[in-house]
Amino acid sequence: MFGAGGGTSSYREVENADVILLWGSNAREAHPIFFHHVLKAVHRGAKLFVVDPRRTTSSQWADLWLGLDVGTDIALSNTVAREIIAAGLHHTEFIARGTCGFEEYRASVEEWTLERGEQVTGVPAALISELAHAWGHAKNAQMCWTLGITEHHNAVDNVLSLINLALLGGHVGRPNAGIQPLRGQNNVQGGGDMGAIPNKLTGFQDIEKDAAARARFEGVYGVPIRPRYGFTLTQMFEAMEHGVMKSVWVIGENPAQSEADGQRCRKLLTGLDHLVVSDIVMTATAELADVVFPASAAWCETEGTVTSSERRVQRVRKALDPPVGARDDIAIIAEMAKRLGFDWGDVGAEDLWEELRKLSPMHAGMSWKRLEELGGIPWPCPDESSPGETFLHARLWETDPARRGEPAPFTVLKHAGPVDPITADYPLLMTTGRRLDSYNTGVSTRAYSSPNRADHPLYLSPEDAARLNVSADERVRVSSRRGSIETEVAVDPGLRPGLAFMTLHAPDRADANVLTIDATDPKAGTAEFKATAIRVEKLGAVTAGGK
Amino acid sequence: MDIHLSGAQATPAERAAIDALLGRPTSRWRGGDREHAADSRYAHGGQSARARRHLLLPALHAVQDAVGHVTRGAVDYIAQRLTVPPADVYGVASFYALFEMHESPPTVAHVCDDVGCLARGAGELIASLERTCGPAGSPCADGRATWKRSPCLGLCERAPAALMRRAGEGRTDATLAPATAGMVHDELHGTSAPTRVMDSVPQRGESGLRLLSRVGVVDPTSLHDYLSHGGYAALAHAFLLGPEGVVKEVTESKLMGRGGAAFPTGVKWGAVLRASALPHHVVCNADESEPGTFKDRVLMEEDPFAVIEALTVAGFATGATMGWIYIRGEYPEAHDRLAHAIAVTRREGLLGDNVMGRVGFSFDIELRKGAGAYICGEETALFNSIEGYRGEPRNKPPFPVSEGLFRLPTAINNVETLANVLEILKGGSEEYLKLGLDSSRGTKLFCVAGNVTTPGLYELPFGATLRELLALAGGIEGGRALQAVLLGGAAGSFVTAEDLDVPLTFEGTRAIGASLGSGVVLVFDDRVDMRAIVRRIARFFRDESCGQCVPCRVGTQRQEEALGRLCAGASRAGRDEALLLIDDLDRAMRDASICGLGHTAAVAVQSAIRKLNLFAVEAP
Amino acid sequence: MSGEPREMTITVDGAPVRVREGATLLEALRAHGVDTPTLCFLENLTPVNACRVCVVELQGARTLVPSCSRKAEEGMVVSTDSERVRHARKLVFELLGSSVDLSNAGPEVARWSARYGADPARFGAPAPAASEGSRDHRHAGHHAAPDPAVAQTVAQPVKVDNDLFVRDYSRCILCYKCVEACGGDAQNTFAITVAGRGFDARISTEFAAPLTDSACVFCGNCIGVCPTGALVFKSEFDLREAGNWREQDQTVTRTVCTYCGVGCNLELHVQDNTIVKVTSPLDHDVTSGHLCIKGRFGFEFVQVRERE
Repeated sequence: MFGAGGGTSSYREVENADVILLWGSNAREAHPIFFHHVLKAVHRGAKLFVVDPRRTTSSQWADLWLGLDVGTDIALSNTVAREIIAAGLHHTEFIARGTCGFEEYRASVEEWTLERGEQVTGVPAALISELAHAWGHAKNAQMCWTLGITEHHNAVDNVLSLINLALLGGHVGRPNAGIQPLRGQNNVQGGGDMGAIPNKLTGFQDIEKDAAARARFEGVYGVPIRPRYGFTLTQMFEAMEHGVMKSVWVIGENPAQSEADGQRCRKLLTGLDHLVVSDIVMTATAELADVVFPASAAWCETEGTVTSSERRVQRVRKALDPPVGARDDIAIIAEMAKRLGFDWGDVGAEDLWEELRKLSPMHAGMSWKRLEELGGIPWPCPDESSPGETFLHARLWETDPARRGEPAPFTVLKHAGPVDPITADYPLLMTTGRRLDSYNTGVSTRAYSSPNRADHPLYLSPEDAARLNVSADERVRVSSRRGSIETEVAVDPGLRPGLAFMTLHAPDRADANVLTIDATDPKAGTAEFKATAIRVEKLGAVTAGGK
Repeated sequence: MDIHLSGAQATPAERAAIDALLGRPTSRWRGGDREHAADSRYAHGGQSARARRHLLLPALHAVQDAVGHVTRGAVDYIAQRLTVPPADVYGVASFYALFEMHESPPTVAHVCDDVGCLARGAGELIASLERTCGPAGSPCADGRATWKRSPCLGLCERAPAALMRRAGEGRTDATLAPATAGMVHDELHGTSAPTRVMDSVPQRGESGLRLLSRVGVVDPTSLHDYLSHGGYAALAHAFLLGPEGVVKEVTESKLMGRGGAAFPTGVKWGAVLRASALPHHVVCNADESEPGTFKDRVLMEEDPFAVIEALTVAGFATGATMGWIYIRGEYPEAHDRLAHAIAVTRREGLLGDNVMGRVGFSFDIELRKGAGAYICGEETALFNSIEGYRGEPRNKPPFPVSEGLFRLPTAINNVETLANVLEILKGGSEEYLKLGLDSSRGTKLFCVAGNVTTPGLYELPFGATLRELLALAGGIEGGRALQAVLLGGAAGSFVTAEDLDVPLTFEGTRAIGASLGSGVVLVFDDRVDMRAIVRRIARFFRDESCGQCVPCRVGTQRQEEALGRLCAGASRAGRDEALLLIDDLDRAMRDASICGLGHTAAVAVQSAIRKLNLFAVEAP
Repeated sequence: MSGEPREMTITVDGAPVRVREGATLLEALRAHGVDTPTLCFLENLTPVNACRVCVVELQGARTLVPSCSRKAEEGMVVSTDSERVRHARKLVFELLGSSVDLSNAGPEVARWSARYGADPARFGAPAPAASEGSRDHRHAGHHAAPDPAVAQTVAQPVKVDNDLFVRDYSRCILCYKCVEACGGDAQNTFAITVAGRGFDARISTEFAAPLTDSACVFCGNCIGVCPTGALVFKSEFDLREAGNWREQDQTVTRTVCTYCGVGCNLELHVQDNTIVKVTSPLDHDVTSGHLCIKGRFGFEFVQVRERE
C-alpha cells in the first residue's frame, strides 16, 4: 500500500485492536494461526465484524456478520463510508494531514445511502449502520481481507475501497491499527518483495521509474536492466494466445489446475513450442511439459528465506535430504545460467541474500546472522541497528510536511457486480474458497489423511437442495457457460438460496475451474474465481460410495 | 463461536423445557428454524451471545426435569441457544450427581446413606430396598423408577431420609423424612405416601431465640406475617446508616462467617464496598452440603423472607446491584419457598428499582439451584457453577472480594451469617456483643442429630458447652452410652465423652483440636459401627472431590483404599503401613490441595483413628 | 507506556532475589536457578495450578502455594526445599506414579521423582485396567467400593479413531493443558473438556464421542502441550509400538510452514530422513507453539514422492 505492498501491522498488534473487520476472509480456516491472534483480541473484548456472503466459521465468532451478495463489496464499503461521514465519525485531523482526495471521495459516496446500500448488497440498512458506527468509534481498528476481495474482476478497486475505510478512521500509521492483506501462500509476500512481479525490482523499486535502482542492479549484475514492465499472468496467457509467447518456464505453480477457465489454460500450455516445469511433484502442469526439473521442497529441503503477511522475513532450513535427482531451485537456475554461458559458481542461499542486501535498501539491515538470532525481521530494515518496523506509514501522522511525504490517496470507486450474469439458465451463483484441512489444488494436502476432508462436493443451501430434490452425497451435474462437471452434493445451512460453494482443492475429483470464469482484473491480473453462474442438475444416481 | 453439532435433534419436550427458560429462539443461528429469510443476511453473536453461559445450569435442570436425563439432542440445542460448545455442556453436566447422562427412569429415589442417617437406620432401610426393588441403580416399577444411594440430604433431624425426583409431565421433587422402605417403595411405584413432617426446631416459640424467633411462628409464605414480626426493620435501619454505616456496625459486632471458615463479615463487606471494579455482587451461599448440616435449610424453609431481606442489606452495604442465592439441588421445599419469597418481594417493591422506596438503590436477586456437588459450597467453585462452568474451585488469591462472581468484587455469605446481620442491625452491635464468649459473639445454630432423644436445630449463645447442648436435646436416646460426637461435619473431628465440657465457641473447639465448622453435632451411641462411619466419610470425599488437583483427586482415592485395608484387618505391618500412608496423605492434602475440601479430607479420618483408637493403636 | 518494569526483592531459601513486578514465583525461581518441577505449567497456557508439584512454602501462608501462578510480592519469604515442600512434591509424584503410566513422561519427571524419593508402589499393586470405554461413563458422586488390596489406576485401552493421533489416557495426569490448548488459550475449538469428577474425572469429548464425530479439527495442539505422551502423533505411536522410536537419532530443524502466508515456525523432528513429528517453538510470537492441521500433519507429500 502507498508504495510497497504489505500488511501495515504485525499480528501481535491485532491482539490489541478494539475493532477487527474481516472482509472477504475466512481466516478461521484459511489462516488459522492468524485467527488465534484475532481471538486473543476477541477474548480481551474486541468487537469482531465479518463481511462474507457465506456464514463461515470465522463469521460465527463475530459480534456481527454481514452476508452481502457476492461482488457488492464496493457498494457496501461506499455505504459504510457515507454513514461514517454523515454521522461525523471520520477522523478529520488525519484526513486533513495524511490523505488527499477526500472531498471527491465524499461526493462520490453521497449517493450510497443506507437504503441504496441495502438494495444493492442485500444487507439490511440497520446492520450496515451498526458496522459503520462501530468502525467510526473504534480506537484501534484492524481491516483484514483475503481472496474474497481480490478474486474478482475488480480486485484492485475492492482493495482500494477497504483502504478508503481505513483512511477514514485514521487506522493506518499507528500502533495496533492497520490493514492486513492475508497472504494465501507462504511466500507470496516474499515473491513480491524479491521482484517476482512485472513492474518492480527487488524491494519494490520501480523498474521503469527508478533509474538509480536500475543502476545499482546493473552494477552488481554486470548486465543492463531494461526499463520496461513485464507481463502479468493474464497478459502472459494473452501473449500465448496471440503466439507472441512461445516458451514458458513454470516454477512451483500448477496453472493447468489453478487457473480459472482451466480448459482454455490447458489448451494454451499445450500449444506452446516449449514448456519447462520445475516442481517437487509431477503436477498436472508438469504432465504437459517438454522438460521437467525435479525440485527439492523449499520449506524443508533447502536453505533460504520466506516473507510472511506481516512482512517478516524468516529462514527456511533443510531438514530432509531431497529425493535423488531433485535439486534446489537455486541450483537449477544456476545450472541453466551456466548452460546459457553465465557461470555463477557454487552459489548458495546465503550468498544470494548478501547480494540482495546490497540491492534492496529495505532488506539492507537483515544479515543472515540477525535473521537467525531474531527469529525473523519485518521490513523495512535499513541497517543492522534496526529491529524492522512492526507497523508502516507512521509518517502520515507527521506534522512536518517534509517528513510526512506523499499523502495517502482516497479513491473514487464505482460498484460493478460480477461479470458472469445470473439468468434462468444459470440461476445459482457459485463462489469458491478454502477448507481448513486442504490447500490450493490439493497437490500437497492430498497426501495426508485428514479425518474431516470434504474438499470436492458442491455445497448447496438446504433450500436449493430441496428445490433440486437432491440430498447429501448425491451426484449432480454442475454446468457453467464454460463447461460442466459431475460431483457430489453437500448441504450447508450457512448458505442462502441462490448461493453455492466449491473448493478448488480436488481438481482430480471435481475440477471447479472447468466452471469458473476467466474475467480478470486489468490492474492485478487476478480472475473472478468468486463469482460463477452455474446450473445444477440431478443425476438421479447415488454415488457408489454412498450408503 | 464456531460450534460443531452432532446432528442429534432435541425432542419437542426438551425444546419446550429449554424454551420455557430461555424464551423462543430469535435466529436460525441460535437454535431457531430457517423461517426468517433475513437471518441469511446477518447474525449477531460474539460477546453478547457468550455472556449467556450462566444460564447453562438452569438449562440442564430444565432438561433433566423434563425427560429424566441429559440427551445429546438437548446438549446440542443448549449449545446453540447459549453459545457454549457441546463438549463444555457435557463436561459441566457430567460434573453433577443429579444429572443423568444416560437414559434413566423418570422416577428416582435418592436414599441417604450418609453418616447422620446411618446412625438412625439407613442401613436397614437400604437393605430392605435392595430386597424389594433390587440393587441401587437397577430399574424397578416396570423400568419407570429406580433408587440410588445419596450423600447427606440435610434432613438429619428426621433421619433416615430420601429425596424423590420425578421427571416429565407433572414433575415433582420432594423430600421424604423420616423415610421407611415401604414409603420409598410406594413412591417408586407411584402410590404416593403422605409425608410425615416432624418439627425441626424443638425450641420453637421459646423466648430468647433470635435467629429462630420466627421459625414455626410465622407463615413462611406470607410477607405480611414477616413484616408484622419485625421484617424489613433491619433494611430500614440500614438505609439510615448508609453503606459505610452498615459495614461499620457489622464490623464492630465481630460477626464471623457461619459457613465453616469463620471470616469476619464486616471486613469482607468493607473490601467489596471499596472495590473499584463494577458492578459488585452479593451471593448467599445456600449450598449447605456438609454432612450433618441442616440449619440453613430450616431457615430458608421457615423464614425465607429473612434471607431475602438480609441479602438485600448485604447488597446495600456493599454497593451491589445484583444478589444471587445458590441453593443445593437437594432442597426442593426450601427452593420453592425462596422462589415464592423473591416473587412476592419483587412485586411489593422490596426488590427491583428503588428498593423499599430508597431512590437510587436498585437490587434484585437471582435464585440458582445446584445439582448434587458438595464442592460447590466452596465459594469459588460456587461462582464457577453459577457462571456455567464446572464447579471447580479457583486458586486464591485473588479473593472473591476483588475477583469473585464473573471476576467482579463479590461478598459471599452463608445463610446463617446473613440471618445474624438482621439481628445486629435491629439491636445494634453493642447489644449483639453481649452474647457469646471471646471473639465468638452472638448466637449459634447447632444441628444436633444422630442418637439423641430429640434431634433438631438448636440456637444457643456461643459458649454453651457440648454437655449442655446434648442435655437440651434430651441426652442420648434410650439412655445408652455415648461413643463419639462428630463436631463440624465430615470436614470436622470426632470428640468423645471426655470433651463434653468444651465451650462451643470457635476458640473452645480449636483448643481441643476440633472445629465448630457448620455447627454439626452428630451423636453416635455405643451401638454404631464407627469403622463404617469413617469409611463412609472417606467415600464421601472420594465422591465429592472435584478432581482438579492431584493431592485430593488421587489422595482421597488412596485414603479410601488404605482405610479399606485397615477395616479388612491387615497384619500389624500392613496396619502400620496403612496408617503411615493415611498420615502422609493427610499432610499432602492439607498442604498442597487447592481448596478446603482437600485440606480437610483427612481430618475426620485422622481424628477417628487417634481419638477413637479405631485400629488399636495408642492415642498420642 | 510506563517504560522499564519495576523490580522488587523476595527471599528464596535465605537469599535475596530481584524480580520484576508482576513476575510469578516460578519465574523468579527459574531466573534464580532453582530447579522447580512442573507438570501442568506451560509458558503459552494459563496456569491451572492442578498438579501442585511446583508448590513452595511461603512464610505466613497456611498452606503451600503454587509457584506457577502466585505472583511475587515485595518481601515474600519463600522456601523451596523445606520438609513440607519435599513431602508434598514426593506425594504428588507417588500419587501420579501409582495411578498413571508415566513411562513416556520424559527424563525430567523420572529425575524429579527420584529426587523426592517417590515410591508409588507403596500404595499397592495396580488394579487391572478398566475395560474399553468404562471410565468414560462413570457417574459423578457414585463409585463402586474399591478393592483395598490393589491401587486403582486410570489404565484403559488406547483410543485410536483416526490416522493422525492417538489418545492413550492410561498416561493422562489430567493436567488440563490439552483442554486449554483446544479451548480459550489457543485453538478455541473446545472439542474436549474435563468430564466427570474426582478420581473418575477424565478428558472427554461430548458423550465420549470419537474424535472424528466431535468438534476436533485435528490441529494437534493438544499433543503439542501433553507432558506425558497421553496424546501422541500416530507416527510416533507406531514407531514406539515397533520399538523403533529413537529420539537420540533424531534431528530437530526449525523452518517455516509452506501453507498460507502467516509464517508459522515449524520444528521438524526427523528420524532416518523421515519427518516423524512436527512441533512449533513456544516462544515464537506468531504461533506461541500452536499450529493448524496443515502445518502439523500436512508434511506427508514431500515424503511420498517417488524417490527416483
